[in-house]
Amino acid sequence: MVTQPRASKLFAIAAVCGLAAVTAGCGGDAIPIANPKGPVGLAERDILFRAFLIMLVVIIPVFAMAFWFAWRYRATNKQARYEPDWMSNRIDAVAWIVPTLIVIALAYHVWTSTHALDPYKPLESAGKPLEVQVVAQDWKWLFIYPEQGIATVNEIAFPSGAPLTLRITSDTVMNALIIPALGGQIYAMAGMQTQLNLLADEPGTFVGRNTQYSGDGFADQHFTAKALSEADFEAWVAAAKQAGDTLDATAYAALAKPSSKHPVTYYSSVEPELFVSIIEKYDHGLMTHGAMAAE
Amino acid sequence: MLGRLTIEALPLYSAVAMGGALITVFGTLAVMAVITWFKAWGYLFREWFTSVDHKKIGIMYVTLALIMLLRGFVDAIMMRTQQAIAVNSEGYLPPDHFDQIFSSHGTIMIFFMAMPFLTGLINIIVPQQIGARDVAFPYMNSMSLWLTAAGAALVMVSLVIGKFSTAGWTAYPPYSGIEYSPYVGVDYWIWAVLISGIGSTLTGINFIVTILKKRAPGMFLMRMPLFTWTALCTAILMAFAFPAITVVATMLELDRVAGMHFFTNGDGGNMMMFANLLWIWGHPEVYILILPAFGIYSSVVTTFSSKRLFGYTSLVWATCAIAILSFTVWLHHFFTMGSSANVNAFFGITTMIIAVPTGVKVFDWLFTMYRGRIRFHVSMMYTIAFIVTFVIGGMTGVLLALPPADYLMHNSTFLVAHFHNMLIPGALFGYFAALNLWFPKAMGFKLDEKWGKRSFWCWVIGFYLAFMPLYLLGFMGMPRRMEHYDTAAWQPWLIVAFVGAVLILFGLAFLIVQIAVSFRNRAALRDWTGDPWHGRTLEWAIASPPPPYNFAVLPKVEGLDAFHMMKDAGTAYQRPARYEDIPMPKNSLFGMAIGAFAFVLGFAAVWHMWWLVAASAILCAVIVIIRASSDNTEYVMTAAEVEAIENQRFEDLAKAPPPDLEHIPVGVPGAPIPGTSS
Amino acid sequence: MSDTTAATPAGAEAAHDAERYAEKDFGFWIYLMTDAVIFALLFATYIVLSRGTAGGPTGSDLFSLPHTFGETMLLLVSSTTFGMASLAARAGNRGGVLAWLAITAVLGLAFVGMEIQEFAGMIAKGAGPDRSGFLSGFFTLVGTHGVHVSVGLISIVVMMGQIATKGLTVPVLSRLMRLALFWHFLDIVWIGIFSVVYLPGVL
Repeated sequence: MVTQPRASKLFAIAAVCGLAAVTAGCGGDAIPIANPKGPVGLAERDILFRAFLIMLVVIIPVFAMAFWFAWRYRATNKQARYEPDWMSNRIDAVAWIVPTLIVIALAYHVWTSTHALDPYKPLESAGKPLEVQVVAQDWKWLFIYPEQGIATVNEIAFPSGAPLTLRITSDTVMNALIIPALGGQIYAMAGMQTQLNLLADEPGTFVGRNTQYSGDGFADQHFTAKALSEADFEAWVAAAKQAGDTLDATAYAALAKPSSKHPVTYYSSVEPELFVSIIEKYDHGLMTHGAMAAE
Repeated sequence: MLGRLTIEALPLYSAVAMGGALITVFGTLAVMAVITWFKAWGYLFREWFTSVDHKKIGIMYVTLALIMLLRGFVDAIMMRTQQAIAVNSEGYLPPDHFDQIFSSHGTIMIFFMAMPFLTGLINIIVPQQIGARDVAFPYMNSMSLWLTAAGAALVMVSLVIGKFSTAGWTAYPPYSGIEYSPYVGVDYWIWAVLISGIGSTLTGINFIVTILKKRAPGMFLMRMPLFTWTALCTAILMAFAFPAITVVATMLELDRVAGMHFFTNGDGGNMMMFANLLWIWGHPEVYILILPAFGIYSSVVTTFSSKRLFGYTSLVWATCAIAILSFTVWLHHFFTMGSSANVNAFFGITTMIIAVPTGVKVFDWLFTMYRGRIRFHVSMMYTIAFIVTFVIGGMTGVLLALPPADYLMHNSTFLVAHFHNMLIPGALFGYFAALNLWFPKAMGFKLDEKWGKRSFWCWVIGFYLAFMPLYLLGFMGMPRRMEHYDTAAWQPWLIVAFVGAVLILFGLAFLIVQIAVSFRNRAALRDWTGDPWHGRTLEWAIASPPPPYNFAVLPKVEGLDAFHMMKDAGTAYQRPARYEDIPMPKNSLFGMAIGAFAFVLGFAAVWHMWWLVAASAILCAVIVIIRASSDNTEYVMTAAEVEAIENQRFEDLAKAPPPDLEHIPVGVPGAPIPGTSS
Repeated sequence: MSDTTAATPAGAEAAHDAERYAEKDFGFWIYLMTDAVIFALLFATYIVLSRGTAGGPTGSDLFSLPHTFGETMLLLVSSTTFGMASLAARAGNRGGVLAWLAITAVLGLAFVGMEIQEFAGMIAKGAGPDRSGFLSGFFTLVGTHGVHVSVGLISIVVMMGQIATKGLTVPVLSRLMRLALFWHFLDIVWIGIFSVVYLPGVL
């Protein structure tokens, strides 16, 4: 999305080489952050690796000096020069200038990349954008498809190659939603709505999680994210519509009760405005925070 | 009468929890039995618990810290064990117990291990380094100690009666609110943090005044040893950051007991306010923990390189810059809350700016070693291990300061690895270095180096094994605080981390052995001169352990490295023409009594025994009023008494073995300094 | 033993005491600044939560400017009377100090009484601190100030006891000076509460 193809390739190679050494035996998919499946995750990862490389300018000399000085100037080595009052203003100045230059370079990256990768920013892509409303519950995830009129629990599907906009809230404590292979993450908070824009390059199945500790069922609060071809997605929606269950106020109240390892569930129809009513039930009066303002 | 305290508060819900409770109870009983056996209660009470001597208070702080380090480490290795085995299974800990463990681990390590450790070190050393006879407010100092101990006792009691919080050491609402955490755990956290937090604020005030007002003649600000500078910055941060956690914990308690709506989901509450307030304290707190360690490393590196500190002025300014900047970065703890790109980018950049003064410090330490004569004392080894390891943690910190990278890594084990990488090499290794450096100053005998080095290697290798895999697991998408998981690819790395924890267990065991062995050999390890490492600052100018008044005659400071200059000029170890009377603060029961009633107050509040809360609050107030109204708090140590102590000191000096001049090209007692450059 | 001393023992003692009091004053200033941090954060929280009325009463429904004006006057006048006490102390007028402190205490007590009355009225109207985030913020901010004033009142009583029994000794005068700082500090905080809480709430 933001990186030039060549730079991106270079860093991908650096990443793969570096990580391959430590993860011998593990498949690439076991390290989703290093092997992203969408442009957001890729861009976020590239920023991480680029900053890493920039910082090696300091790290490597520090390592070298720490070991070299310690060895060279050991007390038993009478060959080494000993100057107990030695001081050099020039070196002292370099000690300020080098980190300053590096931080200026990194600060530039912070500013540009934070704006480019604002999770609220809609993504540009050829495919038809899809919007899904997400509700964090104890200890599961509810996905509502306003356009398709369906809802699912612990499984989200979307067409690959098309922008996906998640509108996220919580009907319980604070949660945080991430799909590591695609990028992320953002908090889910009751009475508020946050947003995450993602895109999968190719069809595939990924893990999504809550990362914000939320109680006893936290460890099992993950879901399946399926990027499907356009046709497969249509078929998936059609299958969901066959499920028969309706997510009305009564069904929602039952679903919202705490439960662990909730099975994947499909609802063929959803009460209109359910998502808004979940937010509004925490009559907040605080609509000005960035979480809402960016809407 | 007993509020909500019933027999069900006992940990009958789990065998592991019951075991922990029994160990706590029997451990306490065993210690009390030993003290009774040696008939030591009176001695402890008279000489220690009621003491207002900063050195004894400091030793008690460090003792508390070491005990709590053991407790916090037991939590850690229990978590590592659980995660090493809990793939596709429940492991041996139920979620409700695992959650308490990670919460108490963080709470203990921050509030009741690191805080008392650094406070104890500052207490022991800073007055000596500035040539003072005591801190500005010795009684308040004793009160701070006992408030900290009261907080630690509350956390320990939660093992036996009731449960501890499951909300993590940061206790984010709404999870920590009454709706989702109705039982006593969060209340234990709140009261432990509140009570000890007041102690920390008072310590901050105490040391700001001590350092700014009680310096010896000639000890100008830019002649203060770097450890004193870092202590000053830490004290300022303590005084001005701890009120924030007092406020935020009080609000959380008001939500919980008075039905208020500061941080609740509905009714006009705002949970984001909690995150902001908590981290307005929390980020300065990181530097409260690390800055004193920076000062320790500076002391160690200059002493054991036998060389003046490179870039002293830079180091001072870097310390001050870090202290100020630490108040400007709190939002980086929650980039993922949905703030606008401008806000996130701003806080990302302020965070990175801190890397500049920190980088300066690393270079200045390295160049202090350059052209030095480095002796590999245990404390120097910790310093070198720190420099190398800390830059890795600093680098991952800069990565997390990039908001887009943080979106990926927030709440993952990468974050866990990062802050342990800052706090173990950054702070704890520094405290261990200080323990090895200043132990003879506090206790009068040196620590055994052989066991110290064994402990060192276990800690360092154990650290790498325990935390480097967590970085990788972060890339593999593993969130923190997982009680179990079903991703088999994580397990090998979690087993490596477990092995690291086992090595650290040996490191800790060897540390205990080191202290025990040194105590047994204390006659051979006796420090007769008060200057065992050929130090440069004033604490080494006096006996080990120092007399109650530290300096019989206040030293005249001529420059940086005051004691080094005295040895150089041949003015060290001089008898004054005459001694004078010295007014000294009397021992006092007040601090301990306040701590005791604060503990009762906290315990009663946790269990909603409101009558007892009121009673203990009134008793605390009465004690304060009595204390604030009393004029007669000092006694005079006569010139004759001082002279007797000082005569003994000069006899001891004569007993010192001759120094190993071949390896130590710096001033030694009674000997002129060999040429200062070669 | 006592032949050639630079400072006489009495002189040394006086210098030692003067240092002690200077340290105590400085420490008290820093304490006041830490207390100012507490109030600053309570103000910030109140401002953030002030819109979180949760459909309940707002400031304009609850606040009465005449009542608040009365509280303000009581506190401002009490600051002046404390100032008179300090002047009397400087003049060594023990009776004057006691009288002015008593007047200050009565004014402070009246202030606390008016605050309790206001709080009780609000709670009776169903606008207690558990009604909404706004009211939690309000009661906590204003209540914390009220608790400080109450602590100040107790301190004034203790101080009067000290002056009555010990007289205007150097340590007592030193404590009186710090108590005066505390009392004036609370006045300044109240001005902040008046301008941040009550004025915008009514206007």
